[in-house]
Amino acid sequence: MAKLKIALYWAASCGGCEIATLAIHEKILKLAEVADIVFWPVGLDFKYADVEKMPDKSVDVCLFNGAIRNEENEHMAHLLRAKSKVMIAYGSCAYEGCIPGLSNFYNRQMTFERAYIETPSTDNPKKIFPQTKVKVPEGELELPELYDTVKTLAQTVDVDYFVPGCPPEERTTWLALEALITGKLPPKGTVISHSIKAVCDECPRKKEEKKIKKFYRAYEKIPEAERCLLEQGFLCYGVATRGGCGALCPQANMRCTGCYGPVEGVIDQGAHFLSALSSIIDSNDPEEIQKIIDDIPDPAGTFYRYSLPDSLLRRARIK
Amino acid sequence: MKKITIDPITRLEGHGKITIFLNEDGSVANTYLQIPELRGFEKFSEGRIAEDMPQITQRICGVCPEAHHMAATKALDDLFHVEPTSTAKKLRELLYSAFYVTDHTTHFYILAGPDFVMGPDASPAERNILGVIGKVGLELGGAVINTRKQNHWIIQTVGGRPIHPCFGLPGGVSRAINEEERAKIEEIAKGSIEFAKLTLKVFDDVVLKNKTYLDMILSDTFTQKSYNMGLVDKNNKVNFYDGKVRVVGPDGKEFCKYAPREYLEHIAERVEPWTYLKFPYLKKIGWKGFVDGKDSGVYRATPLSRLNAADGMATPLAQQEYERMYSTLGGKPANYTLATHWARLIELLYAAERLLELSRDPEITSPDIRNIPTATPDEGVGIVEAPRGTLTHHYITDEKGVIKKCNLIVGTTNNHAPLFMSIKKAAEDLIKPGVKITEGLLNRIEMAWRPYDPCMSCATHALPGQLPLEVTIYDAQGNEVKKLSQGIS
Repeated sequence: MAKLKIALYWAASCGGCEIATLAIHEKILKLAEVADIVFWPVGLDFKYADVEKMPDKSVDVCLFNGAIRNEENEHMAHLLRAKSKVMIAYGSCAYEGCIPGLSNFYNRQMTFERAYIETPSTDNPKKIFPQTKVKVPEGELELPELYDTVKTLAQTVDVDYFVPGCPPEERTTWLALEALITGKLPPKGTVISHSIKAVCDECPRKKEEKKIKKFYRAYEKIPEAERCLLEQGFLCYGVATRGGCGALCPQANMRCTGCYGPVEGVIDQGAHFLSALSSIIDSNDPEEIQKIIDDIPDPAGTFYRYSLPDSLLRRARIK
Repeated sequence: MKKITIDPITRLEGHGKITIFLNEDGSVANTYLQIPELRGFEKFSEGRIAEDMPQITQRICGVCPEAHHMAATKALDDLFHVEPTSTAKKLRELLYSAFYVTDHTTHFYILAGPDFVMGPDASPAERNILGVIGKVGLELGGAVINTRKQNHWIIQTVGGRPIHPCFGLPGGVSRAINEEERAKIEEIAKGSIEFAKLTLKVFDDVVLKNKTYLDMILSDTFTQKSYNMGLVDKNNKVNFYDGKVRVVGPDGKEFCKYAPREYLEHIAERVEPWTYLKFPYLKKIGWKGFVDGKDSGVYRATPLSRLNAADGMATPLAQQEYERMYSTLGGKPANYTLATHWARLIELLYAAERLLELSRDPEITSPDIRNIPTATPDEGVGIVEAPRGTLTHHYITDEKGVIKKCNLIVGTTNNHAPLFMSIKKAAEDLIKPGVKITEGLLNRIEMAWRPYDPCMSCATHALPGQLPLEVTIYDAQGNEVKKLSQGIS
């Protein structure tokens, strides 16, 4: 059997997905037996020009991580889509936009003003911003254009599968790779994870009745050791988040923040969490409910921590 | 005018691009280092809840998330006016020491080592970690993998997750460790010390005993006399987690020493229109352009600068190595950029020794890991020493602890101007009229910036860690006259 041809690429990302890919440790050797990596700018010295020269659909699988933030990310997404039979959005940035997607609450101009003028350590009396083309005494220099809006991979090109997580856990990565190696591919559009249910399903904390009179911030009290964090009033996101991670954060006494994206069948993770919340607030009095809700200072940034670009909201309207 | 672009185009999404302009005679007219990326954390952090900043800001970098997590957590202590418990501080430093062991190991063996072990002119197919393992032996290769894996286990155990930990809170950490975990950490620490000693021996055998390399380290091409920055403890010893920022001049004299809250009195940042990354400098001296020396505000924040800025190391074996390095290099401060690799290994040994000390601390398994803040949050600054430079997080919140303003001066950013200058100097010294531009020559230019381990090269922390370059030379009309590639099989 011919070896699988795999391409890996990173667009706007932090590098954590690259480390996560390597975190399959000794299984890398197993992968090397059955697959050739034909493009991996981080690890191997194949070039962008080499990809352009490849025939269309000559790559079996592309694992694409990172969001689409500038013109170069977008160009590479289209190029790799054309060359690959299967396109996988690997990790939260490519899948949902992730934390850098919070930029969609603002725009490029506001981001530039903060970074290059307002910040207290910045000394920029002439109010210079970086430019896509700049004349210097010796010639011209170019920079790629930064977009106003962070986009997901699927908003840019056709995507076959999604691997959730910021970053995906080792076992999630291997689940996806195993499916590719054995050729037992799930239906198109599948989010590849060990679970289609919520994180709560694999969380060892004891769940009883969820009735909440007051929400607590993480710094306000020490959680009881074994009881469900949400029942204790911490805004644990496990109920609205796909499992597969092994519930690592709740086991370290911290709330789930939602990095594995929505559970199966849910389009908008934030809306799902909101509806879950409304059913557990222990009051029918509108005034009291308002008071309880006031303890959540940044609902949009908390409920859409990883999924703003992929949500129904997508971005803030800026006048 | 000819233009040479060294563009790691296989790493397209903005991690660094070098452009060299040549005069008609083939000498270098000017060199530019461009960073084509901005993700805007300083803006979109506005409106977020402060206690989530350790987890938000670590998404700046998936290679050194622990550094951002730690600087943010310390900024929260300050912001909420709460002192962490003694055990919490020790657990934070313990995790951070394990992180330093993994990070410095990765850099030496995967990123920097190939240049020395295989030689700067070795074929790119060999000049990578696999070549290094082939030469130094599989046993050492296995030790590299094992050391990284075990220290990552410590990060997951203490920090909650293997990548992007979740344990930092104002006033403490979220999880205590038990005796079984402590004992395992102690064993890993012992192994890490042996590994660090072995690595220093490799450096001795391969680099220091080779006169060509030693001459290269001491050569003017790789010398830069700038200010040195680093975090020090109360005895002026190197510390990664806590202390004051000390700056010493190229002459070795202390220029200033400041607490996190005072950073704005000392640091300012310059904007240039041709790069997305700013250029920090010492505010009291001012920006004098891309020049070194006592009258220029340019400073470096690297392993070598940290050792230069301190009076020594706080652990015994690292202190011995510290003394040996300066006696070999002819005293303090050492302004030899390539000696940064040596300094990094001394830090590796220190991190492993510190890890062992902390694992044996009687308080380390105490359940007393959190103090709950009671004061109203307002403003906080946190500084740690990231592997790639002093890292500053500064937040201002409303009374509910919602971020109103956020300012970040990130590790590599400190070294932006020095990096630029090191590349420029190497290019000017190596590219001369009539000199053929070879792959090895380009690699030597790269060797000028590799010691900084810039985060733009986070990427090359992965196997096999060879930065791909493509150099295209254009004539005055912009026609391509020559194309050279490095690292393309």
